[in-house]
Amino acid sequence: MATPTITKTEKLVGKRIRRREDPRLITGTATYVDDIKMPGMLYAAILRSPHAAAKIRSIDVSKAKALKGVHAVFVGKDTENAGAVPCGASLPGLRIPHHHLLAIDRVYLVGHPVAVVVATDRYIARDGADLIEVDYEPTQAVADPEKALAPGAPAVHPQWPDNTAFTFHQEGGDVNKAFAEADVIVKQRIVSQRLIPNSMETRGVVADWRSAERSMTLYTSTQAPHLVRSLVAQILGIDDNRFRVVAPEVGGGFGAKIQTYAEEILMAYISMKLQKPVKWIESRRENFTCTIQGRGHVDFYEIAAKRDGTITGIKLKIIQDLGSYFTILTPAIPTLSVLMMPGLYRIPNISADIVGAFTNCTPTDAYRGAGRPEATHGVERMVDMMAAELKMDPAEIRFKNFVRNEEFPFPTATGLVYDSGDYSAPLKKAMEMGGYEKLRKEQDEARKQGKLMGIGLAAYGEICAFGPSPATPAGGWESATVKIEPSGKVTVLTGISPHGQGEETTFAQIAADELGVDIDDVLVAHGDTSLVPYGIGTFGSRSTAVGGTALYFALQELKAKAKKFGAMLLESEDVTLAGGQCVDNKTGKSVSFKEIAGAAYRAMKLPPNTEPGLVSTHFWEPPNFTFPFGAHLVVTEVDRDTGGVAIKRYIAVDDCGNILNPLIVDGQVHGGVAQGIGQALWEQAVYDDNGQLVTGEFMDYTMPRAHMMPWIESGHTVTPTPVNPLGVKGVGEAGTIGASPAVVNSVVDALSPLGVRHLDMPLTPEKLWKLIASNQAGRKA
Amino acid sequence: MIPQQFEYSAPKTLDEALGLLAEGAKPLAGGMSLIPMMKLRLANPDHLVDLGRIKDLSYVREQGSVIHIGATTTHHEVESSALLRGKCPLLAETASHIGDVQVRNMGTIGGSVAHADPAADYPAALQALEAKLVLKGSKSERTVSADKFFVDTFTTALEPGEIVREAIVPVDDAGTGTSYQKVLQPASGFAIVGVAVRVRKQGGKVSMARIGVTGLSNRAFRATAAEKALEGRAGTPAEIQAVAELVGQGVEANSDLHASAEYRLHLAHVYAAKALAVALGRIA
Repeated sequence: MATPTITKTEKLVGKRIRRREDPRLITGTATYVDDIKMPGMLYAAILRSPHAAAKIRSIDVSKAKALKGVHAVFVGKDTENAGAVPCGASLPGLRIPHHHLLAIDRVYLVGHPVAVVVATDRYIARDGADLIEVDYEPTQAVADPEKALAPGAPAVHPQWPDNTAFTFHQEGGDVNKAFAEADVIVKQRIVSQRLIPNSMETRGVVADWRSAERSMTLYTSTQAPHLVRSLVAQILGIDDNRFRVVAPEVGGGFGAKIQTYAEEILMAYISMKLQKPVKWIESRRENFTCTIQGRGHVDFYEIAAKRDGTITGIKLKIIQDLGSYFTILTPAIPTLSVLMMPGLYRIPNISADIVGAFTNCTPTDAYRGAGRPEATHGVERMVDMMAAELKMDPAEIRFKNFVRNEEFPFPTATGLVYDSGDYSAPLKKAMEMGGYEKLRKEQDEARKQGKLMGIGLAAYGEICAFGPSPATPAGGWESATVKIEPSGKVTVLTGISPHGQGEETTFAQIAADELGVDIDDVLVAHGDTSLVPYGIGTFGSRSTAVGGTALYFALQELKAKAKKFGAMLLESEDVTLAGGQCVDNKTGKSVSFKEIAGAAYRAMKLPPNTEPGLVSTHFWEPPNFTFPFGAHLVVTEVDRDTGGVAIKRYIAVDDCGNILNPLIVDGQVHGGVAQGIGQALWEQAVYDDNGQLVTGEFMDYTMPRAHMMPWIESGHTVTPTPVNPLGVKGVGEAGTIGASPAVVNSVVDALSPLGVRHLDMPLTPEKLWKLIASNQAGRKA
Repeated sequence: MIPQQFEYSAPKTLDEALGLLAEGAKPLAGGMSLIPMMKLRLANPDHLVDLGRIKDLSYVREQGSVIHIGATTTHHEVESSALLRGKCPLLAETASHIGDVQVRNMGTIGGSVAHADPAADYPAALQALEAKLVLKGSKSERTVSADKFFVDTFTTALEPGEIVREAIVPVDDAGTGTSYQKVLQPASGFAIVGVAVRVRKQGGKVSMARIGVTGLSNRAFRATAAEKALEGRAGTPAEIQAVAELVGQGVEANSDLHASAEYRLHLAHVYAAKALAVALGRIA
């Protein structure tokens, strides 16, 4: 779609404005970490453990040190006192492993960093790493969370032989009573497999220490530059005002770049030691094991209902595969699943237990959806299973149990307050778009012909716009600064750190609308701690709902001041800001923003009680989370001969509150759905019993690709949130959360004539074929 | 993902290249398998000889009843060659199934067959075509049949210092029906199984059947038991089904994360039946 011509009076919010960040991305002129070169810069390569569990008997670095071009080699003993990888989560009784930057005397995951070689170029650094001789004594590993919790399992950390990092319990209502009085109880073990986030750009760091100034500049591919600054500055004992973190162009994160990683601390440390800039770029191979992974749940669900389909209670036990150590949010992620376990339903009685299990694997942490996809997948599977048990239509049971419109703000049994909603609306719309009744008739016909056709529904809710500060580990507010420059051009500085979400466009739309200026006169800058005020960053579908709101309020303050200058210039008390001008309501005379800016900076005369300049900064603390919702409808057909799944139709109806830019919202939904279908059908981090990642490269890990995607029929309903004045809820994770249960419900529906009631992801053709084949064999016998 | 240091030569003549190969250098064609292996340091050649600049090693030429395809002819060139599409459509169709567009633009037929990945696409077609491969060393040139060439996983009849100079495939007239049917391994794009079929009929009966299978076992092979079972039959659906179930006879099916031996063998039957039905339907 062509960019519409914009006039100053035309509102931009709500329009399909093309992304202003795209030209530099499409033309290859964006600057990523690996594009940064500095005079005298050295390159680091990291030697990593090939074993998931081993003692280190000795390390011989002499050959590496002797290699021409190698400047230094660091091993665990050198960095022993340089700090540990930080975890920001706190839970009662939480056991936090002290994860050194480099292994000291043992390794506990494949990819565990053992040594760093710093050389004049990356090739020599890599060769140097290969020359290091490490004498390992491999020990028993455990890579499966259920096996890790079994008696006698090898201990990931010897001080905690039960491999239990924490247990967590939460309940609301009276779940025992609900189950005692239930007519029907359905139970199921549900797995949300480990996934690998796989952003297009891997991680990378350039650290530049200037000892004369005691200042550090750290370029890093991160979603949260200020958080990296706070943590690394504190760990290395550097003043934060002399510590600049820059997130240049960041090629995707999906939650895997919220963390502060060992390499960020290591490179800063090494730059200080060597007094040189140093660069490390993660290889794709490293990315598979050295950047966090997502999901990793084994869930045990029980759901209770009355005969009429009223759901009265849920019990859930989560075994969370934490991996071998913690990154910033590792143990907190499953608690989000607990918060969202009732989904969109008015289920008054819940009980949840989490057991956090150590395994000799990569840590799990936030991956697109972070805890909510697991919860939604679970509840949406269970609701389908309950419908099947009660012989109800899966739509009917959902309509029956949705929180009702008049019940908002709705307090959940898990302690949240759902902000606003019309939960039936997206499901109704999806069913209309799909022609649900007709689809069911087609399905009857298809079944008569022996075809395995399925229709799957999922109604999802999510907790977004993280969040009220008391409910977050490091603050949940956001900052924005707006400057009207002396020329009248507008600069927006935001504390969020977009890396593909398009806020350079949506925030420019907001600013252009509020100030009535041309969108091309607005520049949105972010991702540099020396440029923008402290901010929290981009994750948890928070950027527009929290950062956009901070911007909105900064704009109001700035407008008030601009109006004062306008009134002064017009010599009027009664003025309005509109269309890039300040207008005298009585005479109709006006002055432009440029004239106002000129007056504010030249300051020949000032309005009463007003200082020069036109700059406003606002820090906004959200009073609540937001709760977007929606419904996906998926039609599938399973090939009897091969077990292959074909998605015949994919309908996604999302309600993310007000929509600032439908083009960007569609893109977010499409990308999210791709990742959700990826989990449902293809993706899985498979570890063998020795803790080796079997799917450790793209030859074996099935990333969804464009040609594997169905056509997505998008629809929206709009229920603004009262939590923020923009009425926006967030949409970055919605597609992922809705997709996996919708696809799995569809395939289970397809195979239901064979007696199938549940399937764990990914739904590989072989898994389905075996079911079909055994069913056919059974019928023949 | 950084290879070890190596020497690189890009000779302009085949003789020059063969001279370097005789000294122990390793040939580089499209690099679609070798370069990733070098990046992972699974292959660490000291000296690479790039065959890409050699004149007259990339061609598709008809000569009498056969077509010669030069070693550095890319998959894209094979897939889009009007000559092959008209006179050896099985090879062009097979090439169109290889990898993705980027791989087909870079990868070459010589490189692919010399690498002998047991899940590569070409070997199935070359087996069904009873293709010949011309192997050239600095002081030798010999021609071997595809059946003799593919020895084992990543193992061919090539001697040290030899390269695949060209492939020779027959001209198929419109009386020959062919088809290549493949189940993709979704991550890599390689074949979980791929079945290439080439059939002719005379008097309503199948007079010639050639079936090449890749992905199923340690090497691409001709399913001779199935071929024999089809010859002399009309090719009814029931016959096709029965014949298809013979394609795995005598081989040990591979098993990996993407398909167990049992499932892979089943897929071989399903895709052999598809390929047979399509090929029979394509006989003019």
